[in-house]
Order: sequence, then C-alpha cells, then structure tokens
Amino acid sequence: MAEPLTLRARLRPYRAVLASRARSQRAYRASFGLDLASSALVGVIELAEIWVLFHSVTELGGLDFAQILLVFGLADLCFSLADMTFGHCDNLPTYLRAGTLDVFYLRPQPLLLQLVTSDISLRRLARAGVGAVALAFGLALNDIAWSPAHVLLLAVAIVSGYVMFAGMFVWAGGAQFFLVDGAETTNAFVYGGRYAATQPASVWNRPLWAVFGFFFPMAFTGFLPALWLLGIAPPYGLPDWLGWCAPLAAAWTWLLALISWRWGVRHYQGGGG
Amino acid sequence: MRAVPSGVRVYWRILVAGFRRQSAYLLAAFGGLVANTTFGLLKVAILFATVRAAGGELEGYDVALMSTYIWVSQGLLGSVNLFGRIDIADRIKDGDVAVDFLRPLDVQAAAITTEVGKSLFNLIPRGIPSVLIGGLVVGMALPDNPVAYLLGAASIVLGIAISAATVYLVVAAPGFWLVETRGLQILYMVVSGFLAGLFVPIWIFPRWLEIVAQATPFPSMMMYPVDIISGRVDSGQGLLLIAVQVGWLVGVGALGQVLTRAGRRHLEVQGG
Repeated sequence: MAEPLTLRARLRPYRAVLASRARSQRAYRASFGLDLASSALVGVIELAEIWVLFHSVTELGGLDFAQILLVFGLADLCFSLADMTFGHCDNLPTYLRAGTLDVFYLRPQPLLLQLVTSDISLRRLARAGVGAVALAFGLALNDIAWSPAHVLLLAVAIVSGYVMFAGMFVWAGGAQFFLVDGAETTNAFVYGGRYAATQPASVWNRPLWAVFGFFFPMAFTGFLPALWLLGIAPPYGLPDWLGWCAPLAAAWTWLLALISWRWGVRHYQGGGG
Repeated sequence: MRAVPSGVRVYWRILVAGFRRQSAYLLAAFGGLVANTTFGLLKVAILFATVRAAGGELEGYDVALMSTYIWVSQGLLGSVNLFGRIDIADRIKDGDVAVDFLRPLDVQAAAITTEVGKSLFNLIPRGIPSVLIGGLVVGMALPDNPVAYLLGAASIVLGIAISAATVYLVVAAPGFWLVETRGLQILYMVVSGFLAGLFVPIWIFPRWLEIVAQATPFPSMMMYPVDIISGRVDSGQGLLLIAVQVGWLVGVGALGQVLTRAGRRHLEVQGG
C-alpha cells in the first residue's frame, strides 16, 4: 500500500476527535465568548506587567520597550500555541487521582497523542492573538536590517519556541506520575518559564541563566533570537550566533520531555479500577 | 454531651477544621514553595533591574524595600486567594448547597471561615519559608518599629478574609444563577493578581491605573498588608489602610450575604 495513504488512514481518528472537540466548544456561544475575552485579557495583562515597568524607566537590561515587544511577542505567541495544544497535560493529576487515565490505556492510540487531542482549547487562540499582535508591533517598530537570513531566523525561532514550550508541558506531565499532589513544583518551571521567557534575560544573574537560560532553555524562545534580529550582542560574552541554536534547544527540551514521560508512564500502576 | 455550641464557638471550630484539613497536603505545600521561590527570584531579577535603571530609587522603593515586597508577597501567595477557587462554588453549582442551607449555620460565613482556616495554615509551610529564603539569599529591609509587625499581622488576616469573601461573591454566589462559573474564576484570577500588586507594586503603575486598582478590593488583599509589614508606610498610614480593609471586608461580605439570600430563594436543584 502507498505510504501517504497509510499515514492519512492513521491520522483519521485524530482528525475526527479534534473536529468534535472544536464543534463542542463552539456549541455554547455566550460561554465561549466570555472564554475568548478572558483568554485575550490574560495576554493583555501579561503585556501590561512589563509595560508598567517601562512607565518609570526607558531601558531594561539594555532593551527599550519596542525591543521588549519583540521578545514578548515571540515568547508569548509560542507559549500560547503550545498551551493551546499541550496545556491540558496539566490535567493529568486530575485524571490520575480520579483513575480515569486507565480509560486512555484501553484505546489503541499512544497515550500522549490521546492526551493532546483530548481537549484542544480554542479559546486560547485569543491569547495567541495578543502575542501575534505584540510580535507584529515588535517587528514593525524596530529597525531590523531585513535579509533572507532574518526571515529564516524568525521562522526557525517561532517553530522552535513552540516546540520548546510543548516539550515543557510534556516534561511536567511525565513528572506528575510521581508528584500527583505536587503539580505546583513543575508549574514553577512551566509557567515560571513563560514569565522568564518574556523578560529581557540580560537582567538575570548566572544561576538564573543556568536554570532558565540553558537547562530549561527559555532564553532561546524569544530573547536570544530577538537579539540576533536586532543586531545586539548577548550578555555575559555569549556568542552572537546563539539565537540560531533554538532548534538545538528545542531538541534538548524534548529529550528531557521524553525521558520524563517514559519514566512516568512506566511508573504508573493504574488507578485500581 | 454538651449542648450545640453557639455563635463564635462554631465558627472557631470551623476555622480550626479548615486549618487542620490543609495540613494533609504537605507535598502540595512544598510544590507551592518551590514555585513561590522560583517566581520570587525572577521577580528579583526584573524589579531590581528596574529600580537600578531608575537610579536606585523608584516611587520610594530602593532595592532592599523591593526585596521585602517581593518575598512577603510571594509568601502570601499560598494564603491570599488570587486563583478564584473556593470549595463552596462546586456545591452551589451542583445543588449540594441545599444540604448546607439545612444546617444551623450561615452558608456564606461558614464557607469563608473554612477558607480562612486553610489559608492561615498555608502561612506555615509556604509563607514563612518564602520570607526566610528571600531574606537569607537576597536580603531585605525590615521595619524597626514593633507596631509595624502587629499591624501587619492584623492586616494579613484581613487581606486573607477579604480575598475569601471576594471569591465567594464573584465566583461562588453567581453559581445560584449560572450553570458554568469557570469563566468567572479565570477572569478573577487574571484581574486579581495584577491589581493586587502581585507582579509589580501598584504604586509603580501610571497614576490612572493606580486609581483604578484602588477602586477595587484587590490591593486590600495583598498590597496594603505588604506595605504595612515592610514598613513602607508608618503606623498612622497603616491604621488608615487597615480601616480601608475593614471597609472592603464589610462591603464585600454584605453583598455576598444579599446574593446568598436571593440565591436561596432562586435555588433550583437539577436532577432527582
């Protein structure tokens, strides 16, 4: 049988599930509208948290507000898209406690893929919209010496950023099999990572760089690619080309994610049902 | 057997029960502490950089006072309800509250008292360690005046109670009329942290936004207690802030009581 046909046939169940999720979320129009509005408000307030700082100073970590918009836009757009598709890995402790995870094991699809397709939240599109608008302003307001390399880096950064945040959600999900009640431990790095990713990382000290610069490579989602686009040298004498290493950072994140997920799934003993 | 305890005693027992219930979730509390500390260190990086960029002093905050603000507010995060989750919300939504109405207790007061009990427990595994970690790792300014600590303690308890009463009012009570209150919970979570001064002190906001924040109960939950216990305000101003807090608690509590009574008449239990 031809390979593409097999692939299409294999993807059909996922398409059916996703389409039904999308339909069910639009069914209650008023509730969906409120959800969309508060989701957009999340993005706006996250931007406001940074904007109020620039009300009192003109530069933070060597970047002005227009330049920060570029960092924020990149990081927040990627986080929102990853949150939309992988964010409900956060619900894993609920499934674990209620014992409903066992149902997923009965179906002939990989556990992670089922979890991802179990609840794509369309309302989170509104928040991604805020990130996209911030990114558009960041690109328009700054003096970027556009070349094909700049366009390529932008595309690479967006894809890698999305992959990195998705990996963070999966990493945290795997750890839930051990933590159950301790979900906030991983939230510190997933949501703390989002907070870190939207900051000018030049204000961090060395321990923060070790954690959010390299181990969880959040600086690679927005800050380092933005610096390369703007032609600004990274802090601590780091090389200029580091912004191009976002795909490597994404691969590293998924290495962590898959190790954590495999350990977690093997550790799982069932809900006793 | 003793007679049914009445008045204050009942609520005292509910408070203690809430306090003890929370002590069962120590791993969760530890996770919360890790999260508080990580966010605290990130706040230190960005807010210290802001103070330094402003020339070492910003709206009365120097680096040491900013550190106190960061670690006290991080410590309160486990106790002041800025997430908008409250147990009674589910009971109202699915009709179990009908049973609560049969008890010789005020539904609103009992729900808020339980939440306050849980929050007070959280000060032990999350609040105090956050402040200690911040003080040891980063260093902070502390007031010399012992009155600041007394007023600060009173203000923290008030802040916790205001947050519980506000969540009851805007997330739980609408459940008498609405089928789904999750949207309200998310909205509360988004707005409360920002206006309570969780990420940036509201005094650094532009003037108009500062006024908007002060027109809501949110600064009373976190910003004012932190101002008092960090010594940013003197005792006189501290008393004034506490008076404002009492005002919000009475207002939010009274409104919640009105909605609960109206809701009781409206309550419609679905299913059989």
